[in-house]
Amino acid sequence: MGTISLRNVRKAFGDAVIIPGADLDIASGEFVVFVGPSGCGKSTLLRLIAGLEDLTDGQIMIDGENVSDVPPAKRGLAMVFQSYALYPHMSVRNNIAFGLKMAGEPKAQIDAKVARAAATLNLTDYLDRKPRQLSGGQRQRVAIGRAIVRQPKCFLFDEPLSNLDAALRVNMRVEIMQLHQQLDATMIYVTHDQVEAMTMADRIVVINQGVIEQVGSPLDLYNRPNSIFVAGFIGSPKMNLISGHLAATYHAATIGIRPEHIALVLSVGDIQGTIVLTEHLGSDSFLHVDAGEAGRLTVRAPGDCTGKPGDAVSLGFDKARIHRFDSQGKVMV
Amino acid sequence: MARAVPLRRKLIFTALAWGVGFVIFFPILWTILTSFKTEGEAVTIPPNFLFFDWTLENYAIVQERSDYLKFASNSVILALGSTVVALLIAVPAAWAMAFAPGKRTKDLLMWMLSTKMMPPVGALIPLYLIFRDLKLLDSHIGIIMVLMLLNLPIIIWMLYTYFKEIPGEILEASRMDGASIGKELLYVLAPMAVPGIASTVLLNIILAWNEAFWTLTLTTKDAAPLTQFIASYSSPEGLFWAKLSAASTMAIAPILVLGWFAQKQLVRGLTFGAVK
Repeated sequence: MGTISLRNVRKAFGDAVIIPGADLDIASGEFVVFVGPSGCGKSTLLRLIAGLEDLTDGQIMIDGENVSDVPPAKRGLAMVFQSYALYPHMSVRNNIAFGLKMAGEPKAQIDAKVARAAATLNLTDYLDRKPRQLSGGQRQRVAIGRAIVRQPKCFLFDEPLSNLDAALRVNMRVEIMQLHQQLDATMIYVTHDQVEAMTMADRIVVINQGVIEQVGSPLDLYNRPNSIFVAGFIGSPKMNLISGHLAATYHAATIGIRPEHIALVLSVGDIQGTIVLTEHLGSDSFLHVDAGEAGRLTVRAPGDCTGKPGDAVSLGFDKARIHRFDSQGKVMV
Repeated sequence: MARAVPLRRKLIFTALAWGVGFVIFFPILWTILTSFKTEGEAVTIPPNFLFFDWTLENYAIVQERSDYLKFASNSVILALGSTVVALLIAVPAAWAMAFAPGKRTKDLLMWMLSTKMMPPVGALIPLYLIFRDLKLLDSHIGIIMVLMLLNLPIIIWMLYTYFKEIPGEILEASRMDGASIGKELLYVLAPMAVPGIASTVLLNIILAWNEAFWTLTLTTKDAAPLTQFIASYSSPEGLFWAKLSAASTMAIAPILVLGWFAQKQLVRGLTFGAVK
């Protein structure tokens, strides 16, 4: 079990409204990612679920039970913090065991659970070290160990990988996903990195200025964004957004088209432009094309594309993949 | 030649620093020296700096006339007692101000500090009357309370600056782990703040040990600390400088030794947070 429901959850600090009202249902065993730019309120929402912040209004239900006024430890959740937040004066063993000790579990049981968690996370050899003697990745694993040992209903991750270097981040991402499969627990994961969101999530919750913009599977959001914000935020490189005259011909205030839905064509295409920059990734090449009135567009071309800056190109749009947005930035159907 | 000026400057500054240090330390040195002189030697003009007949007789007389250990143990009780009580109040207070500050926390801190700006004599008469009516005059409990209240603002300030340096996420993690407020303070915050708490304790012991105004006015015999011990050699005995000096040396020796060994910790404590 581990269903979580938010009912009109509101949070304000004095006059500053951080979350004007959020509704969300998370199923048991689901991996949900909150994603949004920094300062959008995603961490606040997570901390409200954790019980580290008090609700201004609304309700939080865990397994159908209203926990709005229940202290953090009694909610059956575990949290992994961005800074790891390990206890610096305790050994890895005691860091992992702390929650169990607080719960008053018998020593033999604690030892067994700590050993099991350490084995799962490859920490067995480090149990007697202090956090300062560990690398960033190991510290992060201790933080995760501290969470799993309590067998919570749901794991909360607050940007857990942002302090790690790029290579380690990819590894830990895979480890967390494997952990999710092993434990089959509900996980809520906060990040500002849309790549993390796309690769890890069963469902993504896109948050902008405290408002849930859209909830859906990664491909859902990628293929059917319901606003310019989501369209621009999900996907890398970004979706091309064009407004003005060209958008008007599609009866929209703004149109959006992803780089892979624009093709280099030999005939006269939808729009002409000049290559200003090329990025070769091996598998693909991204061409930055100055398309006059339409602005600068990113086009995905095959890896062996020979286009170079200064070349004039003709671009053809995949008409079925054009997203149309109204003047409010909402998608038009 | 390029190095000559900085070297000369360095020499001057070193000499100056030693000079200032010597001037500051001189009264204490003079007291210690005088304590080894005879009463006659103590008042000669011009004063005899080092070449006099060294004698221990003042110490013997002082020890004979008054019970040094009684005063010293009172000093220990008052200094330690007031420190323990102050910590019991200051740790939770500083914790609340550092980790759950309200709109008025800064004002509250300023207000607490402002109480130190009032001349103590302003509170003397009301406090004396309260002590008299509550039968607290010359009692350990009463003096411990006064010394505790006297130093509480400084202790809270010091602990507050220490606690501010501890990342709040660690305390939140302990809360997620199910630690009650008491356990959070005991198992997580206190161990991390040990260096800060240690220097706060040291400073408070020194302040309480040296406090003279209240201990002199509110104690007579039973709870009288070493400040009374010194004072008893000034007025009633006339001007017996050598004995007064011997008493003073005996009174300040323990705290001087403590301060000497703890100076690193003290400096760290007092400048904590100033440079990061």
